[in-house]
Amino acid sequence: MAKQYVTTTVNGDLTELLCDSTQTLLDVLRDELGMTGTKEGCGTGDCGACSVTLDGVLVCSCLVLGIEANGKSVETIEGMAKGEELHPLQQKFIDHIALQCGICTPGLLIAARSLLEENSDPTESEIRYWLAGNLCRCTGYHKIVEAVQAAAIEMRGN
Amino acid sequence: MGRAPSPFATKIPYEKKDLKIVGSNPTDRGDAVDKVTGRARYASDITLPGQLIGRVLRSPHARANILSIDMSAAEALPGVKSVVTCDDFPDMAVEHAASGELMVNFRDVTRNMMARENVLYDGHPVAAVAATSDAIARAALKLIKVEYEVLPHVIDVVEAMQPDAPVLHDDQFTKGVEPKPEKPSNIAARLESKLGDIEKGFAEAEIIIEREFNTKPVHQGYIEPQASVANYTEGGLAEVWTGTQGHFVFRAQIAKLLQMDMSKVKVVPAELGGGFGGKNNVYLEPLAIMLSKKGKRPVKMVMDRDEVFRATGPTSGTNVKVKMGCTKDGRITAAQAELNYQSGAYAGSSLPLATITVFTRYDLENVSVVGHDVTTNRPKVAAYRAPGAPMVAFGVETVIDEMARECGMDPIDFRLKNAAKEGTQTHFGPKLGPIGYIQTLERAQANAHMKEKLGPNQGRGVATGFWFTLGAETSATVNIGEDGTATLIFGTVDVTGGSRSAFAMIVAEELGIPFEKVRTMSGDTSALGFNFMTAGSRGTAAGSMAAVTATRKAIARMCEIAARKWEVETDEVVWEDGHARPAGANVGDFAPMSVAELAKEASWFGGTIAGHAEINVAQGGPGFGTHVVDVEVDRRTGAVKVLRYTLVQDAGKAIYPEFIEGQFQGGAVQGIGTALNEEYIYNDKGVLENAGFLDYRIPVASDVPFINTEIVEVPNPDHPYGVRGIGEVPIIPPLPAIANAIFDAVGVRMRDHPMSPPKVLKALKDQMIADASSQGTAAE
Amino acid sequence: MRYEAPETLDAAVGLLAGESGQVKVLAGGTDVLVQIHADMIDLDLIVDIKKIPEMREIVEEDGAWRFGAAVTGKEMMDNAAFNKAWPGVMDGVRLIGSVQVRGRATVGGNLCNASPAADGVPPMIAARAVAIIVGPNGRREIPVEDVAIAPGKTSLEPGEIVVSFQLPKRAPNSGDAYLRFTPRTEMDIAVVGCGINLTLDDKGICTDARVSLGAVAARALLVDEAAKALIGTPVAAAALENLAAAASAACKPIDDKRGTIEYRTEVAGVLAQRAAAIALERAKS
Repeated sequence: MAKQYVTTTVNGDLTELLCDSTQTLLDVLRDELGMTGTKEGCGTGDCGACSVTLDGVLVCSCLVLGIEANGKSVETIEGMAKGEELHPLQQKFIDHIALQCGICTPGLLIAARSLLEENSDPTESEIRYWLAGNLCRCTGYHKIVEAVQAAAIEMRGN
Repeated sequence: MGRAPSPFATKIPYEKKDLKIVGSNPTDRGDAVDKVTGRARYASDITLPGQLIGRVLRSPHARANILSIDMSAAEALPGVKSVVTCDDFPDMAVEHAASGELMVNFRDVTRNMMARENVLYDGHPVAAVAATSDAIARAALKLIKVEYEVLPHVIDVVEAMQPDAPVLHDDQFTKGVEPKPEKPSNIAARLESKLGDIEKGFAEAEIIIEREFNTKPVHQGYIEPQASVANYTEGGLAEVWTGTQGHFVFRAQIAKLLQMDMSKVKVVPAELGGGFGGKNNVYLEPLAIMLSKKGKRPVKMVMDRDEVFRATGPTSGTNVKVKMGCTKDGRITAAQAELNYQSGAYAGSSLPLATITVFTRYDLENVSVVGHDVTTNRPKVAAYRAPGAPMVAFGVETVIDEMARECGMDPIDFRLKNAAKEGTQTHFGPKLGPIGYIQTLERAQANAHMKEKLGPNQGRGVATGFWFTLGAETSATVNIGEDGTATLIFGTVDVTGGSRSAFAMIVAEELGIPFEKVRTMSGDTSALGFNFMTAGSRGTAAGSMAAVTATRKAIARMCEIAARKWEVETDEVVWEDGHARPAGANVGDFAPMSVAELAKEASWFGGTIAGHAEINVAQGGPGFGTHVVDVEVDRRTGAVKVLRYTLVQDAGKAIYPEFIEGQFQGGAVQGIGTALNEEYIYNDKGVLENAGFLDYRIPVASDVPFINTEIVEVPNPDHPYGVRGIGEVPIIPPLPAIANAIFDAVGVRMRDHPMSPPKVLKALKDQMIADASSQGTAAE
Repeated sequence: MRYEAPETLDAAVGLLAGESGQVKVLAGGTDVLVQIHADMIDLDLIVDIKKIPEMREIVEEDGAWRFGAAVTGKEMMDNAAFNKAWPGVMDGVRLIGSVQVRGRATVGGNLCNASPAADGVPPMIAARAVAIIVGPNGRREIPVEDVAIAPGKTSLEPGEIVVSFQLPKRAPNSGDAYLRFTPRTEMDIAVVGCGINLTLDDKGICTDARVSLGAVAARALLVDEAAKALIGTPVAAAALENLAAAASAACKPIDDKRGTIEYRTEVAGVLAQRAAAIALERAKS
């Protein structure tokens, strides 16, 4: 089966690639584009480590075919900081020690950013339920929730 | 454990002093920016040019003889460059070695890595291939023909102990039984540990409680699957980048398994995406190296999630019987336990560790512990954060809760009355040094959590935990740069992301320079002396001992430079506040020299500045924790909701307090997951049914509340900063604390793990039936 | 695996009907990609239907809602008017997977994947939803409860696709709700699910009810006896007792890694009562 030609925008950059029809967007990002910031924890949409946004919608990249990204815009963790400037969520994650081993962190940051774009003042419960799709085994989620709350305050300009 | 401690082991006495850096929370962690931007490189992120992708063929049967393996069709598939089976690896004789907190036996390690005569669990590796793409490698696996003779299997530990159970190893005769048994058995070993006179202890008891508990295996649940990238060079060197908690131990094991000189094997630890004990064992590395050797190209191997669950190392499933006696005023007189632990397909569970931890929170005179290590058709168990301890705590801490209630005492008061303290004689040999157990109990009792009111179907439970701090071989190097900055090369793998900062803080404190002037780097096996596994809560505790030792040697060298420059004796130079200074006014009026100034002059005065340490750290002071949890039970569905959680733990000295809080919280939530929903589920063919995160249910963010933490500091007398290991204690109390809370809420005692909704609902129904039909027999 | 993304229904039907090998429709992909990953299926052709306009719209005509089978969960959640009209259907949609999964998952896929535990199905059955199907022999409509017939199997003929769902116009004083039981708070497959839709008269007496149970049989059930327990009553204690009994009695569950027969049967009754209470609240407000 011949490879498929895909044109997609990744973190604002127009990108061309070839992929098999069965390769997922996660496979494409990591193996074809060398963008290893997005992680595979399970490959079945149960852990959220592969979270990206597709045309602004939070998704698991392991549940999207590479071909389906054709003509669409993908945002990954590599695009979250703007040059030297970390996104407030990234900074708050560091400040609040919301990461230990860090393997779940890229997916969590992408998911948390989506949350704050949709709801700039989430309650603790809203944060927890929104992030239920992102598994973390090191932190117990406590400092992650605190970091998201702190970022929300800063981003609202309070 | 078992061998007397070496008189040559390193202890550095605790020095109480004012600290400038240690005990604060640094702003620059060293690993954090890379992790939040996706630039940190974990093993599966590493790619070598020309690499092949390797994949493993695994047994679909729980137990079978391998009659034949035909690799020919797989080998012939275009794109396949190498294949391996057990024929590519030498057989190993029986030989034991420490691998983290558990021992391994090389005869079994090689078989667990690649089956030889038989397969002993669903997922057991049978062959492996390396091909030019993942798709081709997967297609090649389908072309491998294996002929199996399926045999009866046994999964449950109690079933496996029965005389008529299928026996996994016909050359395994129970050790520790006299006379040596004639028939082989699944019981690999029997252990015993005693103190005092247990019969006398029960004779003195006015209250005796005897209970039986069963737990299912649980998995460490790290989000990063195992991954290794290996390159076997034409010159015969094997280099491998891998996710490991101990690259030096891995090097030793790889060298042995492949019959290579250790000097020809280099293991580079990648950033680790979670281990918790599960990455203490080699799985892919030797396969990847051999595939690389045969394929003459680098080979990358990454496990799928279902392979992680099926074929790495979950904990033991257990059957634990606890019998304890006390007087009516709450003094424990006798403590007895029988621990039946399954080790998986090969012998060697965490039973010895469970034996040590079972009662070690209490000051007891009469103790008897008997344990059995049992082989079953499950993957070989690996360590999981305080391996063996949660299961015995489930038993002992709930029996203690029952005893306290029988005596009419508050559960913390009961524990205070019997608390282990400095001087307490343990049943496994040593006397305890200064410890913080009582302080954790008292702080928990005083915590605001205790004042929160409980509503209907809500209850509160308390439980405590103990874990030791391993020492072991630790090596580190401090290099002072010409600009006066310091680099610490450390070899205790930083499994959490926080140890490297703790090391940097300690080096900065010792040198008297700003934290920002110290950098840490992880050294691979070619860069340092041997470092034992990061296990047994030793990562920061032992790693920092080596860092201190290495730094003090660098300081001695800097004092020597100053002495040479000032033309005085070395003992006339002292190090203070980041400078070499004359020891007194009588030595001479020399201006103090900073690290940078000394570094500039170092070459003239003999050579550049470094200090290195290769020490064997003595086992450190143990840690203790007290947990309090409030739950609410839905009587109609059995669902248990955790409302509130507080834990207090003795860290000895909190080098990096906020990070330690995070570890407390993470361990507690793992314990909550264990308590409520995590378990391995097998079908009647011995095949694992929940080999994924959908049905192996670890806690999600909405399952748990904030975890309140409090750090107690009773300095470890054998560490210069008083540090105790802290990583493992937090996972021990949640299981019994939640069981005790469920009883407080709805009056049922859970003794069957996990305490999932169907089990709780059934217990409630059984209770109702028992209450209704009994007239006068006390329910619990 | 060939990948095609037709832009018309006719083209899609032609591809599906004309394929002799293994073929699947790709909507959200949150089930299909998992099945490909697990090697459960080996597709010769995958037909991506997300470019077909009729499958992607949500429209209200005269108080009656119709939404395409390939509308995502997120798109449904973002539609305030639909949420107001059918909160029970949205209870179900909101429980499918995670936020990430709902960014892609569709009610069409949720139904046609034919898991007995699918969260989107019981409230759609309770709502009297009709599936509009297009195939080589033209267009037809069947009640949603007749689409899935067994785990992984639908009643669709080769070449047929579910195109959209038609919901009836709401009677006044109506409310619907869906509850499920899972061991964790999120991310689990339902152990039991119950969707209830009911209508009250202006004295608060139930004049119409539909009760559907998920995860307790080979497919989601429409339980007439449970509905009868509610109709003609004020949906108070006595009716709820009967409702629970009828719900439990209708269960034909299996023992599996997610629940036992005993547990599912018991909890079906509990959830039915709790869902009825919420539907009642909504009907009254």
